[in-house]
Amino acid sequence: MQSKSGIDIISVLLFVAIAALGITSVYSATYEPGAESLFAGRSGKQLMWLGISVVVGVVIFLLNANFFQFFSWYIYGACMLLLVLVLVIGADISGARSWIKLGPVSIQPSEFAKYGTTFAVASILSTIGFSWSKLQDLLKIGVVILIPMGLILIQGDAGSALVFFSFFLVFYREGMTSVVLISGLTAIAIFVFTLVFGSWYFSLAVVGIFLVFYAFTYSEKKLLLPSISIVALTILFSLSVQFLFDNVLQEHQQKRIQVTLNLIEDNRGAGYNVNQSKIAIGSGGMYGKGFLNGAHTKGNFIPEQETDFIFCTIGEEGGWAVSVGALVLFILFILRLYHLASRAKKKFKRIFIFSLASILFFHFLVNIGMTIGLMPVIGIPLPLVSYGGSSFLGFCIFIFTALKLDATRDEDLISTYS
Amino acid sequence: MRDNRSLYIYFGVVLVGVIFILRLFQIQVLDDKYANAADRISLRKQTVYPQRGLIFDRHENLLVYNDPLYDLMLSVPIRISNIDTASFCKLLEIDRAEFDKRLNAAKRNSFRGKAIFKKNISNLVYARLQERLYEFKGFFFEIRQDRNYKYNSAAHLLGYLGEVSRKQLDRQVEEYYEQGDFNGKKGVERFYEKELRGVKGEQYFYVDKHGLDRGSYKDKKLDKEVVDGKNLYLSIDIELQKYGEKLLANKLGSVVAIEPSTGEILALISSPFYNPVKFNIQNRGSYYNAAINDPTKPIFNRAVSAPYPPGSTFKPVMALVGLQDGAITKNTYFGCRGYYKLGRRTIACHYHSYNTSLQKSIASSCNTYYCNIFKNMMQSGKYENTEEAYNSWRRYMRSFGIGGELGIDVSVESRGWLRDAAYYDRMYGEDKWSYARIISLSFGQGELGLTPVQMANVAATIANRGHYYIPHVVRRIENQDSIPTKYVVKNHTLVDPKHFDAVIQGMQQVTRTGTASAIAIKGIDIAGKTGTVQNPHGKNHSAYIAFAPADNPKIAIAVVVEEAGYGATWAAPIAHLVIEKYLSPDTLEVSSRASLEKKIIKSNLIPYKYRTQRDMSLYAE
Ligand SMILES: [Zn+2]
Repeated sequence: MQSKSGIDIISVLLFVAIAALGITSVYSATYEPGAESLFAGRSGKQLMWLGISVVVGVVIFLLNANFFQFFSWYIYGACMLLLVLVLVIGADISGARSWIKLGPVSIQPSEFAKYGTTFAVASILSTIGFSWSKLQDLLKIGVVILIPMGLILIQGDAGSALVFFSFFLVFYREGMTSVVLISGLTAIAIFVFTLVFGSWYFSLAVVGIFLVFYAFTYSEKKLLLPSISIVALTILFSLSVQFLFDNVLQEHQQKRIQVTLNLIEDNRGAGYNVNQSKIAIGSGGMYGKGFLNGAHTKGNFIPEQETDFIFCTIGEEGGWAVSVGALVLFILFILRLYHLASRAKKKFKRIFIFSLASILFFHFLVNIGMTIGLMPVIGIPLPLVSYGGSSFLGFCIFIFTALKLDATRDEDLISTYS
Repeated sequence: MRDNRSLYIYFGVVLVGVIFILRLFQIQVLDDKYANAADRISLRKQTVYPQRGLIFDRHENLLVYNDPLYDLMLSVPIRISNIDTASFCKLLEIDRAEFDKRLNAAKRNSFRGKAIFKKNISNLVYARLQERLYEFKGFFFEIRQDRNYKYNSAAHLLGYLGEVSRKQLDRQVEEYYEQGDFNGKKGVERFYEKELRGVKGEQYFYVDKHGLDRGSYKDKKLDKEVVDGKNLYLSIDIELQKYGEKLLANKLGSVVAIEPSTGEILALISSPFYNPVKFNIQNRGSYYNAAINDPTKPIFNRAVSAPYPPGSTFKPVMALVGLQDGAITKNTYFGCRGYYKLGRRTIACHYHSYNTSLQKSIASSCNTYYCNIFKNMMQSGKYENTEEAYNSWRRYMRSFGIGGELGIDVSVESRGWLRDAAYYDRMYGEDKWSYARIISLSFGQGELGLTPVQMANVAATIANRGHYYIPHVVRRIENQDSIPTKYVVKNHTLVDPKHFDAVIQGMQQVTRTGTASAIAIKGIDIAGKTGTVQNPHGKNHSAYIAFAPADNPKIAIAVVVEEAGYGATWAAPIAHLVIEKYLSPDTLEVSSRASLEKKIIKSNLIPYKYRTQRDMSLYAE
C-alpha cells in the first residue's frame, strides 16, 4: 500500500500512531492537575517539534532522492562537526556536555550523529568493489563509526555511544562474517556468566565441557589444538572481564549491571530507578489506572519519567493491554522498515533504511528492557515517544529520509546486488 | 544466505517483542507485589484528628480546651536530599547528631507511608518551621489536640490524656485506636472518652515523592468524615472547687460536695493537687517523676480512691440502722460513764453527762451509745447467730453505698472496705466471733473504710431522708438528651424515711450545742457530724460530714483532713466555710468567719516527714 507519491502509507500510519502515543504520554507524565492543556508545557513543546519535523519532512520530500547519496559525506561531516562543536561550546547539563544552546532551544548533536553516520556507512558499503575481506574497507568502516562513538563518549554519554553497535546488525545483514556477531553474543554471555558466577567457576565449567567434548572426539587429533585454544581464549576473556569490570567501569556503572543481573539489591541507590519503574509499570495491572491517573507517575517517583522512562507512564496508566499495543506498534514499525529496506533496489537505500530499522530496534530493546528490569540502565530515549526535541526531530528526519528513499525506489532501474 | 540472515533478524525482533510482552504480563498481571508496593509508596492515609470535646462547669464556665500539638512527620520512602540541614536543625532547635539519630529512627519505624521525626513540637517552633517547610521536602506536620486549662484547679477530677497503651491497643474491640493516639487516662477524660474524643476522620490520597498531595484515592469513597467530640458540661461549680482547694492547700485530704436532690457533685477536691496543665501531653514528661516521687502522692485522687475509717461521722448511719432494725427507738437512753465495758476490756468515751438520748449521742458523739446499739442488734432474737446479724448489718451498709463502687464518673474509684462474714470466719474461726470482736464498727473504726465521696454520699442520703442518686459530675452532654440513666434513678436505703428526722435532729444539735457548735454559721441550719479517726500511722484524721439547710438540703459535704487531729478543729470548719460559700457567698467576706478562713488557709498540716520532699513545681502556675 502506498500513496501516489510513493510514500509507504503503512509506515506513515505507524509513525503517526507512535508519535501520538508519545505526545499523550509526555502530556500525562508531566501533567499537573488543572495546570496545562495538551498544547502547553512539555507535550506542547513536543507538538511544536512534530510541527517542525513535518516542515523538515516536506523539504526532504521536495529534494531529489539522489541528493542524499551525493551529499552523504557532507551530512556526515556536518554531524561530526557538531559533535566537536559541542565539546567546545556545549553546555553542561547533569554531568554530560551534550547540548548546544541556540537561544531558547538546546540541541543534542549526538541524536543527529546516528543519522549522519548512517550516510557514511551506507556510502562505504555500497561503494562498488567494497569487500569484507579488504582490510582497507574494514578500516574505513571502523573509523567512520569510531569517530562519533569516541566523540560522544568524551561528552560523557555512554548510552548514546552504545547505539552505534546497531550497525553490526547492518554489517551482518550485508555479509560480514557471522563469526563477529556470534562472538559478540558469546562475549556477552561470558560476561554475564562471569559476573554472576565469577571467572573461577566459569573456567571450571569451560574446562569441564572441554573434557567431555574431548572424551567423545579424542580420535580426531586435529580438533585438539583449536579446542584448547578456544578454551584458553574464553578463560582469558572471562578473567579480563572480571578485571575490566572491577577496574575500568565506574562504580555506578558496575552497580547498574549488578542490579540488572539481580546480583545486588539496591532499591534506594543504583536500583532506585528500575525499582520505581517496575513498580509503576507493574501496578498498571491488566487495563491500567486510566489516562492521567497513574499515581506513581503523578507522584514523580521515577526520575526521567518523561524522557528515558516514558514507558512507565504507558505501563501504569494503560496496563498490559496498552503496553502490548505500544510494543506491537514498535515491532510492526521496525519490521515494516526492514521490509522497505529489503525491497529497495539500490544498495545505498537498502543499507540506509536497514540502519534506521536497526537503530530503532536497538533503542527499543535497550529502553523498554531497562524499564522492565531486563537491561541495565542505559540512558537512551524511546524513539518518538520520549520527551526531547533533538531525539524527536532526529528520528523524524531519519524516518522521513528513509521514506523518501523508499518512495523513489522505482526510479532506480538497476537493481544492485551483492 | 542474505535472506536467511534477514529472517534471523526478523525472528530476533519478534522474539524480543514476545519476551517483553511476557515479562510485562508477569509484572503487571501475574505478580501483585508491584501494585502493593505502589500503594505503599504513593498512597497515604491521613488521619484527621477531631476536636476533643470541651469541658465546662455547671455555670458553663470553660474549664478545658484544646491546644494543638504538632508532630513533625516524614514521608516514606524517606528521600531527603538537597535540604539545608544546618538551617533545618537550627529552626527545630536540635543539633546535627540528633538530626541523624532521629532520621535513622524514622527510617526504622515507618508506618503506612509516614514516620515520626519529632513529636510534640511547640507552637513557636511550628510557626517558624511551617513557613519554610517547602524548603524541606519530605517533611510535613500532623496536628493533634493536647489539653489546656482555664483554671489551675480540679486536676484530679478532670484527669488527663496520654498515649494509648500497648495493652489497650491489643485489647480494643472496635479497632479505633492506633499507636500514638491519645485517650483519657484518668478522671472524666477517661470516663467520657467516647463522648469527648469524637471520631477520627480518614483521607486517602496519593502523594508524590515529596509527600505532597496528588489527588484523592478512589473518588474519596474510602474516606471517613471526621466527627468532633461532644462538649461536656459538668456539675462542678468551679468557684466552689477553687475555694475548697484554697482551704485544703498544704493539707492532705479531701472535700466532696454533692447536691442531694440530684446527686450532682459540686466540688471534688483531693489535696495535694497539681496544676492540670503540668500533666498534659506536652508537659507530663517533665513533671511525671516529680509527681511519682512526691510522698504526698499529688496525683492520687483521694476523694474517690482513698478509703478512710469514717470514725464518728459514721454514727448517724449506725443510729439509723439501729432504729430500723429495732435495736433502739428514738426514745432510747443509754447511760455512759465515759467508757463502755466489754468483759475485761473497756472502750473509751469522753466526758459528758450520764443519761444519753439519741440526739445527745450524736451531738456529743458518745461511743457507749453505739456500742449498745450494735450489741443489741448483734444479739437480737431476730437473728439466729452473729453471722446472720452481721450480714443484715452489712446489707444496710450496702444500701447506703458503703463497701462497693458507687459508679461515679470519675475514675479510678475505690470500693472502700466492708468485710463479709467469711472474712471474720477466716480471721477468728467459724462461729468463733461475736459482736465483741467487731464492736468498733459501730463508731466507724476497725474494718470499715469509706472514700470521701462515699462519706459525702452518706450525708446526701441522710439529707434526702433515705435515698440517694449515684454521685456524678456530668450534668449535660452536648447533642445528647440525657446523662447515663444510672444517674437519674433513686437508690433507696433499707432504712424507712420515718427514722431519719430523729437522727437529723441529732445532727442539727451538733452545730448548735454539740461538737461543732463553736463554728456554727448564723442563718444556715447545718446538720453535721464530726469524726476523729484513729490513725495507727500518725496523728488522727479529722473528718466531718454535713448537709444544709437541714430541712431543705442544697448541699451535702464530707471533709477529711489527714493527720490533723479533731474533726471539729479542721474538717468541720472547712465544711462550714464551703457550705457558706455555696449557699450565701456574699455574707462570707463580711462575716466574723473571715479570720477562721484565713487561719485555715495559712495552716500547713502536712506531716513534717513529708514537707521537705515536696516538689512545688507541680503546683505552680
Ligand atoms: Zn459516752
